[in-house]
Order: sequence, then structure tokens, then C-alpha cells
Amino acid sequence: MKKTLLSLRNLTKQFDGKTVLDSLDLDIADGEFITLLGPSGCGKTTLLRLMAGFEHPDAGSISLAGEELIDVAPENRPLNTVFQHYALFPHMSVFDNVAYGLKMEKRPKDEIRQRVEEALAMVQLQDYVARKPHQLSGGQQQRVAIARAVVKRPKMLLLDEPLSALDFKLRRTMQVELKRLQRELGITFVFVTHDQEEALSMSDRVVVFKDGVVQQLGTPREVYERPANLFTARFVGETNFFPGRVEAADAGDSITVDVLGLKRTFRRPDFAVVDGQSLHVLLRPEDIRVLAPDDTEGLPGRVVERNYKGSTLDSVIHLEDGTEVLASEFFDEDDPTFDYRLGEPVRVSWVDGWEWLLPEESAAAEAEAVTDA
Amino acid sequence: MSRWLPRAYLTLVYLLLYVPIGILVLFSFNDSRSGYTWGGLSLRWYQSLFNNNAMVEAMWNSLWLALSAATVSTVIGALTALALHRYRFRGKKMLNGMLFVVMMSPEIVLAISLLALFLLVGIQLGYVSLLLAHVTFCLPFVVITVMARLSGFDERLPEAARDLGASDFTMTRTVLIPVIMPALLAGWLLGFTLSLDDVVVSTFVSGPSYEILPLRIYSMVRVGLKPEVNALGTLLLVFSLVMLMLSQWILSRSKR
Repeated sequence: MKKTLLSLRNLTKQFDGKTVLDSLDLDIADGEFITLLGPSGCGKTTLLRLMAGFEHPDAGSISLAGEELIDVAPENRPLNTVFQHYALFPHMSVFDNVAYGLKMEKRPKDEIRQRVEEALAMVQLQDYVARKPHQLSGGQQQRVAIARAVVKRPKMLLLDEPLSALDFKLRRTMQVELKRLQRELGITFVFVTHDQEEALSMSDRVVVFKDGVVQQLGTPREVYERPANLFTARFVGETNFFPGRVEAADAGDSITVDVLGLKRTFRRPDFAVVDGQSLHVLLRPEDIRVLAPDDTEGLPGRVVERNYKGSTLDSVIHLEDGTEVLASEFFDEDDPTFDYRLGEPVRVSWVDGWEWLLPEESAAAEAEAVTDA
Repeated sequence: MSRWLPRAYLTLVYLLLYVPIGILVLFSFNDSRSGYTWGGLSLRWYQSLFNNNAMVEAMWNSLWLALSAATVSTVIGALTALALHRYRFRGKKMLNGMLFVVMMSPEIVLAISLLALFLLVGIQLGYVSLLLAHVTFCLPFVVITVMARLSGFDERLPEAARDLGASDFTMTRTVLIPVIMPALLAGWLLGFTLSLDDVVVSTFVSGPSYEILPLRIYSMVRVGLKPEVNALGTLLLVFSLVMLMLSQWILSRSKR
């Protein structure tokens, strides 16, 4: 583990009596790309604004390399922000926008010119110095905003949903670009998004938020493959939930679970299980195997929807008890006829060991996880 | 028929609007002494206008008054608009409403109340009383113009400036004021025009020591229409056209 750059302790913020952040603890390591992921209103943007200094917390501390930041004005914090809608100064040229931060530091003219040119070259905008922001496309404005924020060589860059206003293709390009920039500059990136795919593909670590509380903190892989609770499981990616009942909990490293009448053996989960306990069996669509109806394995069902996605074939299968299962299968090069008819009977199974078990939560928590995700 | 009628109507409207102005401009170059007969082209009324010392002095007085009233009300109005936009405080709604009261109340009421106030406080009627009165009725227009611009102002801009190391003061100077500059200019021009052609309020609060143009013209016209007034009207018309074009040019240059 690298050394901690920013550490948040017991951070609490309320707006008009509503708690937006609830005694949050978080350590951000030097040089990492960390993403704050959550639905809108979960407190992730508020957290970013607290770090930048635009909001003052009701309790708690924010320390950067050991130095307390709470009472430091935003202009004196060694962090810079890339705003959601860029917030470029409309009356200034691209050059003046990027130079603004350096002018505030009263740097010599030559140095400013050189560093602005470097920053613009980094985002491939060196030919646009004289343009005004409104003469640029969305993607170009985005690049200017990034150049303006990194030109001061901050210890940390805060990015507030910077890609949300861009179209799909451009967003993809900018994701790669941001990742490259982060590697080259070695600056810590704190990235806020509600897009789980973006979070997974860019980050070293992901913090999943809901209602101002951290639901899970981990690498993209941990968050996707081993979600800590139902909310994370539903929010990050598509998931199939099968109801399970523990048949035998005392069989060493594995347990036997009844899934809709099917007996399967699973790895023992890291929560305590007893015989007869209900739990959730989680399977991602790509873990599902669709078998022929005469197969002996799996659960019987019917195909009710099929979507051709190019590289995969996504289908929705209704099991006999009414459970809906999403399956995402890669095309089999050796089987050119690989496809389903609607209403075709199939059997649904999965690769052993790819499942993930979660305990049942309170009815209220389960209902909430469904509505939020 | 269906095409002819709207065109005729439109022509009539424009004729009614512009013919009197056209005639005024035309007759300002009329050599004849009478205001009703054409006696050939001449600049004699412009000459006699500029030889009329009282008139020239009233013109300068008016310009100076409009300039100072517009500037003072722009400064106060912009600060008021900023405060109303930025802060939440008790009585904000009332303050906002009171601006409209000043704007909507009949000018004569404003004039009488201001006169009463000046007499009560003991302010001598002259430049100072005129300035105070003009600032009073220009203020709401400036505040509303600036507020309109601020409502479309990206709240993240000041934050971006602070984030990049600008103090609150530097941010205001380098970001806030330049961005709302068109509204400041528009407000200033509005105040300038309002002040320049005000008659009602000025009649009440001016004194013999400081005569201004609209009142001078008014008293001239009372004793009979002199062609000099046409020349003056033409000059004012050209002046306001120049001001209008200037403001349009500034606005289009600083668009976005």
C-alpha cells in the first residue's frame, strides 16, 4: 500500500437537516485513481466539494499529507477541480483560461507561456490557444478544463462527473485519455461518477456510495465479483438473484444450497450460515449457461427475449417459478446456428464456483436496494 | 386582398411612427422662419441653437447629470443585484418587491414624495437633488437588468476561479465583473437615457441654479414652437442612435 495522501475522518455534512454525508472515513493513497460511485443524491458530489473547500463540513476532518484542510480557503488548497460542465471562463481565450491559475501564483510571463503550452500539448489542443470556449466542441472544452486544472501541478485532481455531458464515443476516448494523463502525471485522481462501467474501467479503487454512507470500498474486480451487499450487487452491473436455502452448512469448506429445487454445492461464504437459512445466490449474466431442454442439469425455463449485441447474445429466460434470468453468451465460432427462438424451452445453469452468496437483508433494505439501483 | 391588407396596415403603423420624426429632422434644415412652410435648406437653426448660451448650458448640465446618475445607479444597482443574487437574508423578498414599487409607481407620486423629502431634510434644489432623484428612479432598472444576467450566470465560474487560486476579490475583478459587463453597460445606458429625458420628476426637484435640457425645451415650447427645437431634437435623435448602436456593438462583441 502506498502512503496515504488525503485522509477523511468522521466527515459529516447536513443540508437543511438532511444528512448528506454520515461520519465518513476514507483514506486516499498517493497517486491512485479512486472513483466515488453512486446514484444521484448519494453524497458523492458533496464529498468532492468538501475536499475542494466549497462546502464546510458539520463535523470531521480532512487532512492532506498530515495538514488539516477544513479551515483552508479553496484558493489555498493544493487541489484542483474539473467541473461537470467545465466552468470555463467564457470571456477568456483558451490560453488565458489555462494561464489563470498560474497568473494567480504570479509566475513570470515566460514560465506561464511555457507551462500553458505544455499543458495544452498534453491534451492535444496546442493549436487552439486563441479560441474562445464557445468556439470549441464539448470534448475540446473538456480538455481545456483538464489542462487548466493540471497546469498548477496539484497534489490531487478532483473530477466531478467530467464526462457526463459527452456522447458515448467521445466518453470512451476521454476515459482512455484521462487514464493516460493520470499515469503520466502521477497525480492522485478523485473521480465522481454515477456510471458504473466508467468507474470499473478507469479506477484503481472504487468507493460505492448510498445515502452518504460507504457501501463498499475495493478494486473494480472486488466490487463487481464480490459485492458486499445487495445494493452494490444491483448498482454495479447486471445481476441475477436466485433465492437459496442452506441444506447442509457443516460440510467443511463448502455448503449445500437448494436453489429452486436444485441442490448445488458452493464455497462457504465469509458470513456465518446455519441449516435452513435463506440467502441470495448472485450470478452475473455472463456466468449463466443456457443448455438444451433435454439436458439433465439446470433449471427449466423459456426464452422470452433475445437481443443480438454483436459480440454477445443477450437473452431473458423465464424460469418455471416466474424468476427472470438474464444471460449473456459469447458467440460460438464453431456453431453458426447459435441462436434462440422466442418461447423456446431451455435449461439454465452456471459454472460452479462463479456464484456469489449474500445473506438476506431486512425487508426494507432489500426493497430499497431494488428502487435505488 | 389577404396579402395586401397586412402590408398596408404595417405601412400605416410605420408611417405614424416615423413621419413625425422625419418631419422634425427635415424642418430642422428649413430656412423658413415659420414652422409650416418650406423655405429651402439651411443650417441657421443649428447655428442659432449653438449661439443660445442658456440652451448650450442646459445641454451640458443634462449630459453631466445623466452621466453621473447612470454611473452612480449602476454601481449601487450592480452591488444590490449581486447581494440579492448571492445571499439569503431576512427581508430579501421585501427588498426585491420594493424595487418594483419604485419602478411601477406613477412618476408624479415619486416626484412629490422626493420633493417633500428634500424640503424636509433641507437639501437645496439643484444638481444634488436632481442626482438623488434620478438615481432613485434609475436604480430598479439597473438592478433588474443585472439580476437577469446573473440568473443565467454559471455558479461554478466563481468556484473555478477560487479553485485556481483567486481570492474572492480577485475572482470578482477577473471573472464576475467581466462576465456581467454587458448587463452593466446595458443598465448604464438605460439609466443614462431615463435620466436624459426625464421631465416629471425633474420639474419638481430642480432649482433655478441648475437648468436641464428637457425643462428648457418645455419652457421654450410653451411660448411658441421655434425651429431651434427641431434642430435640438435632431441632435438628440442622432445622439441616441449613436448610443444605441454603441450598446449593440458592445453587446455583440462580448456575446458569451
